Amino acid sequence: MKNFISLSFAFVFLFFPALPWAKGVELLGAGATFPYPLYSKMFYEYWQLTGGKVNYQAIGSGGGIRQLINKTVDFGGSDAFMNDEELGRAPAKILHMPVCLGAVVLTYNLPGNPKLKFTPDLVANIFLGKISKWSDERVAEVNPEAKLPDIPIVVVHRSDGSGTTFVFTDYVSKVSSEWQGKVGRGKAVNWPVGLGAKGNPGVAGLIRQLPGAFGYIELVYALQNRMPVASIRNKKGRFVQPGIASTSFAATVPLPEDTRVSLTNTDAPEGYPISSFTWILVYQEQAYKKRSIEKADELVKLLWWMTHEGQKYVEPLNYAPLSAAAVKKAEKIIRWITYNGNPIQK
Amino acid sequence: MGIRSKNKAAAPAPRIPGQRAEPIFQKSLVLSAMAIVVLLAAIFVSLLIHSFPSVRAFGLTFFFSKTWNPVSKEFGALPFLVGTLLTSFLSLLICLPFSLAISIFLGEYFREGPLASFLKNVTELLAGIPSVIYGFWGLFVLVPIVRKVEMKLGIAPYGVGIFTASLILSVMIIPYAASIGREVISLVPSDIKEAAYSLGATRQEVITKVMLPYARSGIMAGILLALGRALGETMAVTMVIGNSNFLPLSIFSPGNTMASVIANEFTEATGKLYLSSLIEIGLLLFLVTMVINIIGRHIIKKVSIEV
Repeated sequence: MKNFISLSFAFVFLFFPALPWAKGVELLGAGATFPYPLYSKMFYEYWQLTGGKVNYQAIGSGGGIRQLINKTVDFGGSDAFMNDEELGRAPAKILHMPVCLGAVVLTYNLPGNPKLKFTPDLVANIFLGKISKWSDERVAEVNPEAKLPDIPIVVVHRSDGSGTTFVFTDYVSKVSSEWQGKVGRGKAVNWPVGLGAKGNPGVAGLIRQLPGAFGYIELVYALQNRMPVASIRNKKGRFVQPGIASTSFAATVPLPEDTRVSLTNTDAPEGYPISSFTWILVYQEQAYKKRSIEKADELVKLLWWMTHEGQKYVEPLNYAPLSAAAVKKAEKIIRWITYNGNPIQK
Repeated sequence: MGIRSKNKAAAPAPRIPGQRAEPIFQKSLVLSAMAIVVLLAAIFVSLLIHSFPSVRAFGLTFFFSKTWNPVSKEFGALPFLVGTLLTSFLSLLICLPFSLAISIFLGEYFREGPLASFLKNVTELLAGIPSVIYGFWGLFVLVPIVRKVEMKLGIAPYGVGIFTASLILSVMIIPYAASIGREVISLVPSDIKEAAYSLGATRQEVITKVMLPYARSGIMAGILLALGRALGETMAVTMVIGNSNFLPLSIFSPGNTMASVIANEFTEATGKLYLSSLIEIGLLLFLVTMVINIIGRHIIKKVSIEV
């Protein structure tokens, strides 16, 4: 019997590691998987520095938004900003605060992996299935020095709904009216051609195996795995190699006050055209569901830290840091956060 | 233990031990059996409720439409339905000779001994490997092999597709079909076998003409269990099927299954109709599994020998 009692206590501790009396202020977040490695690093450092605990669940942008709307988390993470319709359905005003930038790169598997260049038209036509061979003259025209084999182009895309797909299809929709009409932008779309694979590792794995494969993955993943990446002609006519600097440059354009902006096909002359912010989403009014002022205070402190001191952890992990202008916008957004109508950050 | 000691304290008169425990035991059995039924009904009802927006929007066209377009919010489940049925039955076809051979071998030829227990454990171990590991193995070992075969055959060498998914599935479901088959084959009464032998039958004749017919309903039950597993398998299939939402043109073309489209798109499905359509696919999978099970039970009843 004694055994039974101690066992049941052990169970209670196992399933409820955070017992109410043992708990200080712990923030709970959920959302995008893309910035997860960065967030875990940041939250660990923040905990070391201040003792404030942050628990982030990488369940995907859509899940993060759902949980924020159900008010089960303190903040959500998302790679795609909520559109006006989605914001209208939320129970209260939601703010978007940018944390860093990411880029989506095009990668391929060809003999010798030559450096390739792509124009927006080329990208759209390949993903529409209109260019189906590497030896097509339209590919050769842009890449006169590369030796291209006479094999079919096998398009590889994400099979799971993902912010990466949103950013990529958002870009193609902007540069090709045909794509815009036939396919459009979304976290999952009706692909005209190609194979699907789950997650960045799935897409990268399939591309590595399949000669002639062509697909899109996150910059972070391509850099870490040393995959060949294509440079793309941006709006200003320059071929830009994807990288941390060129991704940050993409945000050197006039930003709207709420930072809900798509940076794809950027006007910035040095900017890589398939770049995007990743955001943390919070309610503007923090006094909901009997939340304490301490919690709101802690959240604001964390956000401030992430956009300032925390930015030094961005680049070592192959993400692109916020530009000075973007940090200014983020500061303004943090100042909008209120508790019972009073701004928290002075 | 607690109940029995209480018994002694409350009633010193002679009693059959465990008498009071009997109704409690029985009640708890009934309760847990009922819980299963309630759970099943609850799953069905909640799927039905949540898929209602999609049912109202698409009606029956949901089952016949080939388009799955989250952007324009048009949803049709036909490619996934076909993909699921094709991979499941193809894998069953591939697994059948192997699982039958294993069950005969272990149920009749080598019932005991180190080799038999080794083989038995290995087969059962197959069932314990997590499906994501099967998926990885499929992606890195099976896919290149299938690609080579496809190149020899002169078809588009993707490597991934319905056929590769069926191969992986067949390996995964062998233990289910084989272990039940072995069990029923070893349960064939020895007097029937001996009778056949005494009439001059060879061992092969005894197996094919006496034992298999006797055990066929049990073997069918094993196959049904295996099929159920194949219908619902998600992770391993997703990794090797190619995930393209078109109607498969041949068994080598890439496709998609109901389970894998749910797993792929559920987390990021924003929008009511999108989510509800995914849930309706879940409902469809539930119904397909149920229908196949009912048909299977019917077949088992038909083929079983009245003893």
